[in-house]
Amino acid sequence: MAFLARALRQSNSRLSSRCPAVAASCRWISPTAAAGSPEAGAAVAPADPEMPPPREPVGGARVELPPNPEDALEVFVDGHTVRIPKGFTVLQACEVAGVDIPRFCYHSRLSIAGNCRMCLVEVEKSPKPVASCAMPALPGMKIKTNTPVAKKAREGVMEFLLMNHPLDCPICDQGGECDLQDQSMAFGADRGRFTEMKRSVVDKNLGPLVKTVMTRCIQCTRCVRFATEVAGVQDLGMLGRGSGEEIGTYVEKLMTSELSGNVIDICPVGALTSKPFAFKARNWELKGTETIDVTDAVGSNIRVDSRGPEVMRIVPRINEDINEEWISDKTRFCYDGLKRQRLNDPMIRGPDGRFKAVTWRDALTVVAEVLHQVKPEEITGVAGKLSDAESMMALKDFVNRMGSDKVLCEGNGPNPPADLRSNYLMNTGIAGLEKADVFLLVGTQPRVEAAMVNARIQKTVRATQAKVGYIGPPADFNYDHEHLGTGPQTLVEIAEGQHPFCSALQSAKNPVIIAGAGLFEREDQDALFSRIETIAKKFNVTRPDWNGLNVLLLHAAQAAALDLGLVANPAESIKSAKFLYLMGADDISLDKLPEDAFVVYQGHHGDKAVYRANVILPSSAFSEKEGTYENTEGCTQWTIPAVPTVGDARDDWKIIRALSEVAGAQLPYNSLSAVRDRISTVAPNLLHVDERELPTISSEVKPPAKQQMSSAPFKTVVENFYMTDAITRASKIMAQCSATLLKK
Amino acid sequence: MLPPAARLAARRLLGICSSSASEAAVSRLAPFPIAAASARGPVSSARPFSTALNYHIDSPENKPDMKWEFSEANMKKVKDILSHYPSNYKQSGIIPLLDLAQQQHGGWVPVAAMDAIAKIVEVAPIRVYEVATFYTMFNRTKVGKYHLLVCGTTPCMIRGSREIEDTLLEHLGVKRNEVTSDGLFSVGEMECMGCCVNAPMIAVADYSKGSEGYTYNYYEDLTPKRVIEIVEMLRRGETPPRGTQHPERKNSGPAGGNTTLHGEPKPPPCRDLDAC
Ligand code: SF4
Ligand code: FES
Ligand code: FES
Repeated sequence: MAFLARALRQSNSRLSSRCPAVAASCRWISPTAAAGSPEAGAAVAPADPEMPPPREPVGGARVELPPNPEDALEVFVDGHTVRIPKGFTVLQACEVAGVDIPRFCYHSRLSIAGNCRMCLVEVEKSPKPVASCAMPALPGMKIKTNTPVAKKAREGVMEFLLMNHPLDCPICDQGGECDLQDQSMAFGADRGRFTEMKRSVVDKNLGPLVKTVMTRCIQCTRCVRFATEVAGVQDLGMLGRGSGEEIGTYVEKLMTSELSGNVIDICPVGALTSKPFAFKARNWELKGTETIDVTDAVGSNIRVDSRGPEVMRIVPRINEDINEEWISDKTRFCYDGLKRQRLNDPMIRGPDGRFKAVTWRDALTVVAEVLHQVKPEEITGVAGKLSDAESMMALKDFVNRMGSDKVLCEGNGPNPPADLRSNYLMNTGIAGLEKADVFLLVGTQPRVEAAMVNARIQKTVRATQAKVGYIGPPADFNYDHEHLGTGPQTLVEIAEGQHPFCSALQSAKNPVIIAGAGLFEREDQDALFSRIETIAKKFNVTRPDWNGLNVLLLHAAQAAALDLGLVANPAESIKSAKFLYLMGADDISLDKLPEDAFVVYQGHHGDKAVYRANVILPSSAFSEKEGTYENTEGCTQWTIPAVPTVGDARDDWKIIRALSEVAGAQLPYNSLSAVRDRISTVAPNLLHVDERELPTISSEVKPPAKQQMSSAPFKTVVENFYMTDAITRASKIMAQCSATLLKK
Repeated sequence: MLPPAARLAARRLLGICSSSASEAAVSRLAPFPIAAASARGPVSSARPFSTALNYHIDSPENKPDMKWEFSEANMKKVKDILSHYPSNYKQSGIIPLLDLAQQQHGGWVPVAAMDAIAKIVEVAPIRVYEVATFYTMFNRTKVGKYHLLVCGTTPCMIRGSREIEDTLLEHLGVKRNEVTSDGLFSVGEMECMGCCVNAPMIAVADYSKGSEGYTYNYYEDLTPKRVIEIVEMLRRGETPPRGTQHPERKNSGPAGGNTTLHGEPKPPPCRDLDAC
């Protein structure tokens, strides 16, 4: 039920978004009024038989008219009056009026190019058809979208576009979700008159992710604008002229952007398609499941397309607050890791050092037995970076019931600031970053740590020339920035007002400080954060109307783990552990673990920690379970199962619940909703799905840190963007990416 | 493309026309028969484009990692060019800078030069590549000291530009866009250069004297014979008289003097200009 409610809410939020462009595949394009919106057509009986009934805005779009009536204007679309804000284009006005104008080059998130001419409409008193995407709407304009002139114009443009298009739809991966296909069915003529040779274009090598068939390109330049404006890498360009024009990099060059996969979605034809997905499936065979991504702390909204038990691809969903309509390459292409190196049976390591598959009952009995032989304080539970809130709750309850309080989540460091939510969340919100005018990045490289957050910063810098100062090791940025220094020393200088960057902070209206979660791992993190707070106070970063003090988390599990209080000190807990329960934790250092410790690894991939494990309990991955995740800005979201689990794997919390029963300390919940009830007593915000529970600002409460700050420079936290967790490490595509795209 | 049979038939037809009409009509119309175009045969297997490839292929003289700089004298010109544009619109200088680089580099711009220009105007290299590939007057592969550009647009074509090109190619023993072994000549194609009145014509870009002595001259009213003479004069280092090569024509006036407009033109018959 909850699942349904969520799906409903999702679809609502989708409707309210103004730009349904990414949903191009499900957009119904129709040249006739009746098919556009049947209810609207039925509800209002047309007064004039000639005149089509008014329609609902395309995609349920809502327009907010400016408060001042001066700033709104009125135009007529097919005879109906619409009120729109000033500055709207003719195309947008038509959308508000419920007329879907065909288009190729126009994309609501990119600059306007106006070069495909597919959006031609007739405007009264204008001698020629008008490219609606590039024409600002003027008061009283009479726009006509279904007159013979407009229809003929579209048909003509379509014929020209198809002139050089290979028409190889049967072997094209875009088939079925191709704008050109759809629009030529809806607006094109039924035959062409071109009998000459078609042109052909050399394919470009853009790397292991994007497959190119450049002959199919219609020169809309969306990809060029995307690369320049959103990805921030100026690699692609339009080369040549006339019919020799082609998209390319001139000097052969791979596309080294962490967002490159998005060009697959924005390319309206099959010129840029997904290389790993090539010839694997047709899009109409796929079942889409709307879920979220867990490979970083952003929680990008995605749709997992599956066929039978197999995840075939991952595409973005629109969420204006989080990922807009882009996702990172890691999110999009990690899915083949879900099929490789999976653990499918419970296993026990035999005396010969090899694993033997056993039944669940045997495995749990062995674990419970060992559990009773160790002292309570020797028990340690570690949640991995992909864990959901339910299983972390269960793990914590279980370990506590066994008499130990050593339960932690990897990546949170020895002494995480878990007391106040505002101390570990992105308080400004991801979308809120767009209002900032100065950024100070402390020990974080957002480009590799959270690509979508980086895209927001890039967008802001591009739009408003916001200043970016960065403290940390030399790193790759795709926008202008100042490298202020490498370590805490610079922080001190800024706090004392001696650094040149202070003047930028001083004059900023909405300054933002983003501290990386990599700092949590440092011994002197208290001192660092109190210094950062000093800076925040000094430059008015936190005010009642603006909270610009942020922490950028690294892993999907991190925020929820801190909410739930999984905060033991890892070094000490591991050192003293005789019984170590790893719930998908692969990146925690086990060097200090006593030789005779018994390690249970519960997880979905045979990754690093399995080498040390004594017992393996297979669990399901994020694509196979329902779980609650909280992203770095404190927004709670759920994953929805898209495919069945492999083998004998079970949901994480269920395994722990079963183990607790075998161990004689039964946890008091039998269903997901019961676990969630339990969570509500600890962290009620984790139940408010798709909402951002705002943390209260109260830095005053914090006692001043007495720690000494070390002078060691900040470290790079994410060495390899493409391989950060068990799923991505198992992925072949990600391995290819790290081999070819990472600079040596 | 016509199917082979149709192509053959078309060629035959043109052959018949030229042989029967050559004595009478053609000699009056033009110094060479229209049918000359047919001698060229099928142009090439693909649609002919006048521009070169739109992507870069590494060659010993053209690699992205080579060093390229404007000479000191030209650096002054660069400064001067950039001073024409506001400092936040430096990229407006891309075209003049490419031109300067082309003159300095013997008539063509290597990738390294484009990269250098991108640095100067502070844009990504691809933005310079886009401009350089758009304009056909930027040569992105090696050309000869004298780059001969044959106009191939309709008026010149009707007046026999294809024969001019064929003559040139045959005389120099090269293909289009190829450089003669002595590095002196190359032949390229251009679209209308605004000289149709004296068609057919070629433009000669002379890079033999660096960017100081750089000239770009038109030679008009050509015949195959005359164009070879011009090439030979250039080879000897002489400067052929530019403009029309027709002995009786002056600039673009009619050959043999005016045939009309002998006196003051007659005023309009029914309009009293003073009264207006
Ligand atoms: S490759 Fe695709 S997105 Fe890029 S210009 Fe061609 S059609 Fe447009
Ligand atoms: S959508 Fe308007 S010109 Fe392409
Ligand atoms: S057609 Fe040759 S100059 Fe105009």
